[in-house]
Amino acid sequence: MSADSINKIPGKKLLELLYWMMLTRRIDDRCEALFKQGRFPGGIFSQEGHEAISVGSAILLEEGDAIAPMHRDLGAYLVRGMSPGRIFAQAMGRQGSPSGGRDVNTHGLGDLSLRIFGYVSHLPQSMGIALGAAYSFLYRKEDRVALTYFGDGASSEGGCHEALNLAAVLKAPVVFILENNQYAYSTPIEKQCLVENLSIRAEGYGIPGVTIDGTDVIAVMEATREAIGRARAGDGPTLIECKNLRLKGHAAHDPADYIPPGLLKRWKKRDPISLFRERLENSGILDGNKLAELQGRIEAEIEEGVEWAEASPWPEAATLEKDVFSDA
Amino acid sequence: MPELSYLESINQALHQEMERDENVFILGEDVGEFGGAFKATAGLYEKFGSRRVLDTPMCEWAFIGLANGAAMMGLKPVVEIQFADFISTGFDPIVQYAATTHYRWGAKVPLVIRAPWGGGACAGPFHSQCKEAWFAHCPGLKVVIPSTPHDAKGLLISAIRDPNPVIFFEPKYLYRREKMEVPLETYSTPIGEAAVRREGSDLSIITYGAMVLEAVEAAETLSVENISCEVIDLRTLVPLDKKAVLDSVRKTSRALIVHEAVKTGGFGAEIAAIISEEAFDVLDAPPARLTAPDTPVPYSPPLEKAFRPDAGKIAARARQLAAY
Ligand SMILES: Cc1ncc(C[n+]2csc(CCOP(=O)(O)OP(=O)(O)O)c2C)c(N)n1
Ligand SMILES: [Mg+2]
Repeated sequence: MSADSINKIPGKKLLELLYWMMLTRRIDDRCEALFKQGRFPGGIFSQEGHEAISVGSAILLEEGDAIAPMHRDLGAYLVRGMSPGRIFAQAMGRQGSPSGGRDVNTHGLGDLSLRIFGYVSHLPQSMGIALGAAYSFLYRKEDRVALTYFGDGASSEGGCHEALNLAAVLKAPVVFILENNQYAYSTPIEKQCLVENLSIRAEGYGIPGVTIDGTDVIAVMEATREAIGRARAGDGPTLIECKNLRLKGHAAHDPADYIPPGLLKRWKKRDPISLFRERLENSGILDGNKLAELQGRIEAEIEEGVEWAEASPWPEAATLEKDVFSDA
Repeated sequence: MPELSYLESINQALHQEMERDENVFILGEDVGEFGGAFKATAGLYEKFGSRRVLDTPMCEWAFIGLANGAAMMGLKPVVEIQFADFISTGFDPIVQYAATTHYRWGAKVPLVIRAPWGGGACAGPFHSQCKEAWFAHCPGLKVVIPSTPHDAKGLLISAIRDPNPVIFFEPKYLYRREKMEVPLETYSTPIGEAAVRREGSDLSIITYGAMVLEAVEAAETLSVENISCEVIDLRTLVPLDKKAVLDSVRKTSRALIVHEAVKTGGFGAEIAAIISEEAFDVLDAPPARLTAPDTPVPYSPPLEKAFRPDAGKIAARARQLAAY
């Protein structure tokens, strides 16, 4: 693979991207293992194959920008400052998590101080929410953007159309990232739409749309950079379709034997982390020592995160009815 | 007679009704080859093919709209909502179209919407909800919530044969819990008839769904303490078997209404109001409600346990009521 396109990016930044992707993968693995050991009941959405999308886009946000992620965007939460400990605590239903044990896995993993909007299960509701954040930027004449994500499955919901059209009409500073992982739970993309590239729908809203390789973190970054530039310049929203394959089941309970083995095999060769690692090795940015150092750091952070989460108390039953309303 | 789980019983009813009536078809997300998120539609795609077991994209509004149109053309759509919580995404075609059409211009809309419903599995705020009151509040919809494998089959068959839109909530907590003997042949359990799950004379526990099991367990506990509870399983909320409720309360003079849904505006309020209006003269105590508190459904085990009524809580409340 030619390393041309990455030469423009400082080596330190490239290693940072690799770090976030590897951290995402390892947290995902650990959560899955803990779930399968019965350490918590809620279930876990697999992230494998989505790391380049969430990391490559969220990395470009600046302080004050907003993000409304979906259930495959663990990387985005991390990049935007959610600590591994709080993420583990959320999975485990502990007090120290962003939802204090009230919401499950990546649902409700929100923190307004980080401008991360916790999502509801109903897809693709985050599109409207991100649009609202973008509108607040327009309203207050702030030079900010909102970034949000939705799946190929969610792209068939009516809300998707409404949000894209309204964002277009308002010229809202929002970037819509469509994570086309070719499946909505068990339903393959051919049963969901007849178009090859969902990004062509952008034309129907009068906004730019592109389709890119969702396994290539640099491609994601470049496309997002352009879209963010457009948003900040007052030119409105962009639809970026990132193609990849969900490399595991829909969630930890799902063996996903409906995915044809050949398809899975082909895409496993395009594991976004392995691809990027190789690319960095080939261009001399990564070597064995640096990799070992990264891995060591990640393992330590994960151990610390799990310990932190497990030390976090269970929510007390007496708090059940608190906070339904805000007091002030 | 074979013993079936709740889920197997649903699956069998679907198989048999599709065999019986060429017009019955299934639609929803992942219902085809995959057999549905809970496997309620397993084997149907293989037997009946993609015309009659229609996998849809994610688009509740559109596929429930489709079900309305197809129903008025004489087909019998049985929609599966992956989790009852997601029914809100397809709300308008249910509560505006299906509910009102026969009244407005006489067309029948015989569709069934099946939805795995309720909590008890630590599945969090969006995979645990009990929103039956939303639908009971819409004249024109029938609302059915079976609590046993036997009723699940019989009521689903009735729902499919009913000329009206039926919202059919399946307590997923019960899906794989207790098996019971279920006749292999088809039978219909009438919509609108409650069942007395246990006879008693001191107080009536009026409930439905997964709380029936808990109420029966509570009644067993209390019988040791010489408190005799009658357990009424409503089975259908609309139409409501008022007579069964009132007969029981007239016998016991005390009523405890139990449901998994939150309290305010819940269906229990309707039952309490009916008892107050129509059996006030016989009451020895105000009608009592034991429900979930007015909060979203929390995920964490200690919170969900505190949230959800169970046999212990029912017994405790029943003791108070018996001593009133
Ligand atoms: C309105 C709505 N209907 C159904 C579901 C149940 N559900 C959860 S995830 C999912 C598939 C989502 O597919 P996609 O949008 O492609 O995202 P992916 O999981 O593939 O990343 C479904 C059907 C839901 N969350 N929301
Ligand atoms: Mg998908």
